[in-house]
Amino acid sequence: MLQDQDRIFTNLYGEHDWRLAGARARGDWDGTKELLGMGRDWIINEMKASGLRGRGGAGFPTGLKWSFMPKTETDRPHYLVVNADEGEPGTCKDRDMMRFDPHKLIEGCLLASFAMNAHACYIYIRGEFYTEASNLQIAIDEAYEAGLIGKNACGSGWDFDLYLHRGAGAYICGEETALIESLEGKKGQPRLKPPFPAGVGLYGCPTTVNNVESIAVAPTILRRGASWFAGLGRPNNTGTKVFCISGHVNRPCNVEEEMGIPLKELIDKHCGGVIGGWDNVQGIIPGGSSVPCLPKSICDDILMDFDSLREVKSGLGTAAVMVMDKSVDIIAAITRLSAFYKHESCGQCTPCREGTGWLYRVMKRMVSGEASLEEIDMLEEVSYQIEGHTICALGDAAAWPVQGLIRHYRPEMEQRIKDYRAGKVSHAA
Amino acid sequence: MPKLTIDGVEIEVDPGVTILQAAEQAGSEIPRFCYHDRLSIAGNCRMCLVEVEKSPKPVASCAMPVGEGMVVHTKSEKAVKARNGVMEFLLINHPLDCPICDQGGECDLQDQALAFGQDRGRYGEQKRAVKDKYMGPIVSTIMTRCIHCTRCVRFVEEIGGVAEIGATGRGEDTEITTYLEESLTSELSGNVVDLCPVGALTNKPYAFTARSWELRKTETVDVMDAVGSNVRVDSRGREVMRVLPRLNESVNEEWLADKSRNACDGLKYQRLDQPYVRRDGKLEPADWDDAFGAIAQAVDGMSGDKIAALVGDMVDCESTLALKNLMTALGSENTDCRQDGAALDPTVRTSYLFNTTIAGIEEADAILLIGTNPRKEAPILNARIRKRFVAGGVKIGVIGDADDLTYSYDHISDTADALAKIVDGSHPFAQVLKDAERPMLVLGMGALTRTDGVAILAAGHAVAESTGMIVGDWNGFNVLHTAAARVGALDVGFVPGEGGKDTRAILDGAASGDIKVVYLLGADEIDTAKLKDAFVIYQGHHGDAGAHVADVILPGAAYTEKNATYVNTEGRAQLGRRAIFPPGDAREDWSIVRALSERLGKTLPYDSLEQVREKLREASPDFTHIDDVVSADWESFGSAGSIDATGFTYPVQNYYQTDPISRASKTMAQCTQEFVLGKTEKATGTHG
Repeated sequence: MLQDQDRIFTNLYGEHDWRLAGARARGDWDGTKELLGMGRDWIINEMKASGLRGRGGAGFPTGLKWSFMPKTETDRPHYLVVNADEGEPGTCKDRDMMRFDPHKLIEGCLLASFAMNAHACYIYIRGEFYTEASNLQIAIDEAYEAGLIGKNACGSGWDFDLYLHRGAGAYICGEETALIESLEGKKGQPRLKPPFPAGVGLYGCPTTVNNVESIAVAPTILRRGASWFAGLGRPNNTGTKVFCISGHVNRPCNVEEEMGIPLKELIDKHCGGVIGGWDNVQGIIPGGSSVPCLPKSICDDILMDFDSLREVKSGLGTAAVMVMDKSVDIIAAITRLSAFYKHESCGQCTPCREGTGWLYRVMKRMVSGEASLEEIDMLEEVSYQIEGHTICALGDAAAWPVQGLIRHYRPEMEQRIKDYRAGKVSHAA
Repeated sequence: MPKLTIDGVEIEVDPGVTILQAAEQAGSEIPRFCYHDRLSIAGNCRMCLVEVEKSPKPVASCAMPVGEGMVVHTKSEKAVKARNGVMEFLLINHPLDCPICDQGGECDLQDQALAFGQDRGRYGEQKRAVKDKYMGPIVSTIMTRCIHCTRCVRFVEEIGGVAEIGATGRGEDTEITTYLEESLTSELSGNVVDLCPVGALTNKPYAFTARSWELRKTETVDVMDAVGSNVRVDSRGREVMRVLPRLNESVNEEWLADKSRNACDGLKYQRLDQPYVRRDGKLEPADWDDAFGAIAQAVDGMSGDKIAALVGDMVDCESTLALKNLMTALGSENTDCRQDGAALDPTVRTSYLFNTTIAGIEEADAILLIGTNPRKEAPILNARIRKRFVAGGVKIGVIGDADDLTYSYDHISDTADALAKIVDGSHPFAQVLKDAERPMLVLGMGALTRTDGVAILAAGHAVAESTGMIVGDWNGFNVLHTAAARVGALDVGFVPGEGGKDTRAILDGAASGDIKVVYLLGADEIDTAKLKDAFVIYQGHHGDAGAHVADVILPGAAYTEKNATYVNTEGRAQLGRRAIFPPGDAREDWSIVRALSERLGKTLPYDSLEQVREKLREASPDFTHIDDVVSADWESFGSAGSIDATGFTYPVQNYYQTDPISRASKTMAQCTQEFVLGKTEKATGTHG
């Protein structure tokens, strides 16, 4: 279990002052000038050495991503874009960081931008986050006023501008290239890759898009050293992570924990356990709506990190843990997610546009049992026809929950169909 | 040069090409819907997925650049499975209405479903239905069929230059529509019909009239403007059903302007299908013998200087030559092909050609447009200028009205006198032209038909010389014609001979009585009121302005009804071919002139089209190089003079109705109503 002295987000619950004075008291903006003075290569090497993997869901090593940016600036400026369009169902970590600890993010933006030769950074915040945007803007203004950002940021000689942009609430705008399109004022639709944003990104310029948490942890990593961060967690899954636990637990919460903590321990220690006890678990979605649901048998001893969850064909995603007890109609729950992806598909490419609607319609019949047994196989096949064939990962995200359901809950689905045929009224109806 | 392996074939390609393009070179065809050579890459249909070794997922080959040592499989199990899946997704919400779909038989989806689809569907849910959208008189929509490839969206934005089609909504509720369901205002809008891989956007006037496999296809050229777009005329029986573009990289690429495409219904109406002779003030049907007899009577014993002939805008070179020969035989030097009185110098070929060539526009880095609105006068040529503009690094200046040309430009002046400032270098755009490596200018008919047209022509010559437009192979001096017949007739020499009268003098002479007989060969764009007292012979295909004042009407053939040669504004001679026969008693024009010459006792020395063409080749060597441009030598022309500080009167006021065919077309009338006269009022409950 994470020791208090190893916590990065020391105001995750908003118990202290979130403004500049409070942030400084917690150690933010301490020695930022010196950190900048260490130079670009040092920052990127430290980030690489820390083993930090992107906290937005895909888990791509952050330091490596930063190193993809061109070393020298040409006639095209570099940009850092922070993805604060936190839309993944079940996830609510970024909003608390921005609401209660905005200066961590702002300092991170400065350091990351400096490391990537970017004089400007955009934070693309989800439109629904009113208080978060408001607090963040106040914090940005404070930082400008204190000379921490702006011309000659922190007295380092580096000019840095930070802009906050509010989105309009489309889930797809959380996909990095759709976010860039949206930021440019266009319809939020993912771009084809290659070219990757590091080559051709915002306004056609080299751009890196990072999650709020990846950027917000950077100053602390640099201050305390890569080895400190790398010493936490497990190999290749280092550091701390904010987990968002919701659903049938006694005390749903956001909590910062070490990577690789057992799922059961996470829930028992921080959330007061599952309602009705651990044996009442029917299934847990470990990383936000996009990743496949896991049955209790796997949840019993699974570790919460990228590699462990990948091994059981799920994923850490955004670390949004959704606990479902036995009162839940799991088929209906996954169907709700299918409805979500159908609604949020941007409609650009064929498999996702047509496939998400198909999945949802078949799933709807699976809930009532008004289907045939063979259709379960067909459903699975259709989900594989979507997965991996789309421009962005939304297609995969729509397919995985359904695949997880069929993988682990096929008997329930079959029983539902048999019950319907036998004339029994389904409990979901 | 990266080397890669595609389906076991090792191939070396240029860096930067996509897998799909490389596969084409390697001989593997990859199916596609959204990809199009001339549009930006969208990569959204996912039909072109292929397997690339070491890549965990199938790759969209249309968007993926080749890499050194790539191993690509386009027909492996993984690739085929991925494509089958995409095909199934495309079909689940596509209606199975092929039997009543105009795209049936020439539908990409149909063809590829045959290759990659299953014989039955697994989708048992309700199919999507989408409300049809209004896109104007040219494009009909059945939006339920749309597969969201966005080719139409990209076309109007990138090539058409009017961002009027877009996708609204999201996911499976995405709908392609025009902004607020207004008509497409592009003169190239019909091309979205060709681009649409399914039957979502179809040709509105052609709707439900024919099936593609029952049409006879004739490759010919268009005469609705002076571009000479290459077209394919699809006909059934004696009717032209539709006109489609034909690929010619040098001229129209694969696009076609709306008038060229959709004025073809005008070929059915207002046709002159038998000779007429005016008796007691009324035109009465006659036979050829009567008509020739009336003409013989009128010209009998008349001295040549009282006879005149004018050639219209859609006349082919063969009949122009025949008429020229006849007039010479009759002793008349009063011949002209410049109905609008443009100050074109027929003695210097370079002075009336679009010397840079249409494809050459793509190499220009500074363009000066003078008294021309290419968007209306030659939409296809305007699309080239826009293509050049989109590629970047070109400066465009306009002397004339500040119309929307689909690209931005420096508006130098409304009035023509600004040209003098370019000549003397006092206007900054002169420096732009001088600094450019390949500058060009375009003189429009709006400039050359002014009374000071000769001075403008001379000023154009001066600008070309002073700003370095004539360098080596590069000739940046251009005249943009609006008449398909013009360059050919100038090449043939259908202009006033020694002491002969030009158009203005002929018309004035007819009004004053100096000219007694006027032969109008398809000439309708003149002030026919002046011809009241003259004996007028009208030879042509439509009962238009010229026919109304005629004393004898000789029914000729329209461009789809004869084998004939046309020379476009570049000086490119091209062959038109007969798709259908002329209606009724109408005949090919050169043969009418030939037959008349015999009756008049001045028999012309040819009996077949080939023999006429032999004479054409004698008249001008340009006709020996069919389909090619013979560049003309740079010489001096024009005579300097003062240019008035007045604006231009453009030749094309209403793009949709410029000639007898388009004036007879219902579709063009609808377009005129929609785009020129203002929107049609929607009928409400109180209407009638």
